[in-house]
Amino acid sequence: MFDPEAIERAAARRRQWEASELREFLARQPEGRAEYRTASGLPVKRVYGPEDIAATPFEEIDLPGHYPFTRGPYPTMYRGRLWTMRQIAGFGTGHDTNRRFRYLIAQGQTGLSVDFDMPTLMGYDSDDPRALGEVGREGVAIDTIEDMEALFEGIDLERISVSMTINPTAWILLAMYVALAEARGYDAHRLSGTTQADILKEYVAQKEWIFPIRSSLRLVRDMIVFSAERMARYNPINISGYHISEAGATSVQEVAFTMANAIAYIEEVTAAGVPVDAFAPRLAFYFVAQADFFEEVAKFRAARRIWAKLVKERFGATRPESMRLRFHCQTAAATLTKAQPLTNIVRTALQALSAVLGGAQSLHTNGLDEAYAIPSEQAMKIALRTQQIIAEETRVPNVADPLGGSYYVEALTNQFEAAVFEILGKVDAMGGTVKAIEEGYFQREIAESAYDFARRKASGEETVIGVNKYVEPSEPGGLEIHRVDQDVEARQIERLRSVLARRDVERVAALLDRLEREAQEPSVNLMPVTIELVRARASLGEIVARLRRVWGTYVERPVF
Amino acid sequence: MTDGPLRVLIAKVGLDGHDRGAKIVARCLRDGGMDVIYTGLHRTPEEVVAAAVQEDVDVLGVSLLSGAHMTLIPRMLQLLREADVEDIALVVGGVIPDEDVPALKAMGARDVVLQDTPPEEVVRRVREAAAARSGR
Repeated sequence: MFDPEAIERAAARRRQWEASELREFLARQPEGRAEYRTASGLPVKRVYGPEDIAATPFEEIDLPGHYPFTRGPYPTMYRGRLWTMRQIAGFGTGHDTNRRFRYLIAQGQTGLSVDFDMPTLMGYDSDDPRALGEVGREGVAIDTIEDMEALFEGIDLERISVSMTINPTAWILLAMYVALAEARGYDAHRLSGTTQADILKEYVAQKEWIFPIRSSLRLVRDMIVFSAERMARYNPINISGYHISEAGATSVQEVAFTMANAIAYIEEVTAAGVPVDAFAPRLAFYFVAQADFFEEVAKFRAARRIWAKLVKERFGATRPESMRLRFHCQTAAATLTKAQPLTNIVRTALQALSAVLGGAQSLHTNGLDEAYAIPSEQAMKIALRTQQIIAEETRVPNVADPLGGSYYVEALTNQFEAAVFEILGKVDAMGGTVKAIEEGYFQREIAESAYDFARRKASGEETVIGVNKYVEPSEPGGLEIHRVDQDVEARQIERLRSVLARRDVERVAALLDRLEREAQEPSVNLMPVTIELVRARASLGEIVARLRRVWGTYVERPVF
Repeated sequence: MTDGPLRVLIAKVGLDGHDRGAKIVARCLRDGGMDVIYTGLHRTPEEVVAAAVQEDVDVLGVSLLSGAHMTLIPRMLQLLREADVEDIALVVGGVIPDEDVPALKAMGARDVVLQDTPPEEVVRRVREAAAARSGR
């Protein structure tokens, strides 16, 4: 990237410096460690110079909004539009969460994000015995379209984007969302937002699954194809590294495994005859912002470049929009400590800053109390204020990719990219992503990294302030914790029963039969029949139960 | 009681898929010389208690991060009593609010091991839970 003569001068200067000034200094004051590495284990040097990125062509970096998008997906980045401040929320019934949403909007939040309870995620109605004790606990309970109506009551869905953290049952929630929008007279092409719908990372990391892998992939394909035709601004999938990281993976593994999953989705949809440029622009990503500040900034930059190259070179895309990676980011919940919980505000702020320096399109900052329970209103407010301070006080958003050109960050971006492509090569050699999941490759690698980290933390090699260093006796109280409403389950079951009592039973039965027939035909898109089902007030549990009969369920062989 | 290694069943009950901690604990206990069986995810209390009886374990470690512990743990303790194996030490782990810890112990949970407990301490407390069971 630089004049070869200037590079030679810089390299010569470095050799001279190492032989004299540095050597004398080290003799007086040795360094703290024998070697330094990033959290992913990439070796880092003492200091970086132009010679470290001399081999990088300018075209690998280029400018923001241009291939390979290393410097960001848009030319003006946050000058044109700040990232969306999107705090996730969900608990109790649709009404309960609706109140929290309105509070967050009143506090300046610019997008919505829904967390669902475990039964909704796993395809059980609130009155199912498997749902006992979990209704409305970790998220909002949604059984029928009427719960979704309550969830978005008084919120204009053409004006605010909605992200739904939902996977095995994502197509049903998308069907409810579409049916609700139609009933309200919205134009589906104006709806913006996303369903997570990244089922492959469920088998790998988050472990919420229902059906076998191939049937689940077909549902994802149906969602992508449906929204490519009917919802021009909607992201039908959020290909997620976040959970892979939370399960214990390093950041390099996070990006590599996420890209492996993305490759599998593209292969699945193009196999159905849809050209890559028809849907790739609507594929969105979701990454964690972990604790290693510079590695994270390099990670986001590398992820964009890797994606651009994959889509262009491997899949032959021609539209720049197909190659432009956009991502939502969340700070790392697994780094939050129960000890000295106020320190979590600082951790979260630093992680959020790395996401902004890395060019995130949307951000969730965690509540300081998340090692205790789902966040309280107070904790969510501080988390949102953290983003507002970065956005409006620090002046960081004034310049696109402000760390671009840093010798260190550019070199680390290169290193990161190479490490990811090496893993992708391994996955290809194994026969592809699905094969690697079936053989437990990703799962083993993640368990291994999680165990290593736990050992390093236990030995003190990995410092966690308040946990293995600067430890204080815990003082109880002081923190306002989200309290579980013990009546939620009964209230929600009552709601469900009243909806089921009011519907046309024969129509629902006929539609469920149609669902069963269509599920046996792999080429049929299941979105239309599901939209009709939810409109007729079929419950989520009924739809899933019928498909379980056709497809069976996934059984994991656990490794530890 | 035999003199063989301690037998431990690590279980995930309910619908939550957070198995990072359960798997680390399983591995630490195995490295600590115990016989460890892991149920895998999404088990019902009935399935887990049946497995504990069948495998004749000394300790049943249950991991929950879903907030459903105050419903599912009493259910499991009741099933252990009904199966006449209430001497199996039930140890709870996961995200459990502090004020629920005494309540769980009062119901009959032998110990509650919270997050950020170092691996060596987990191994020690599982041994203690088993010792309280049978004097071994």
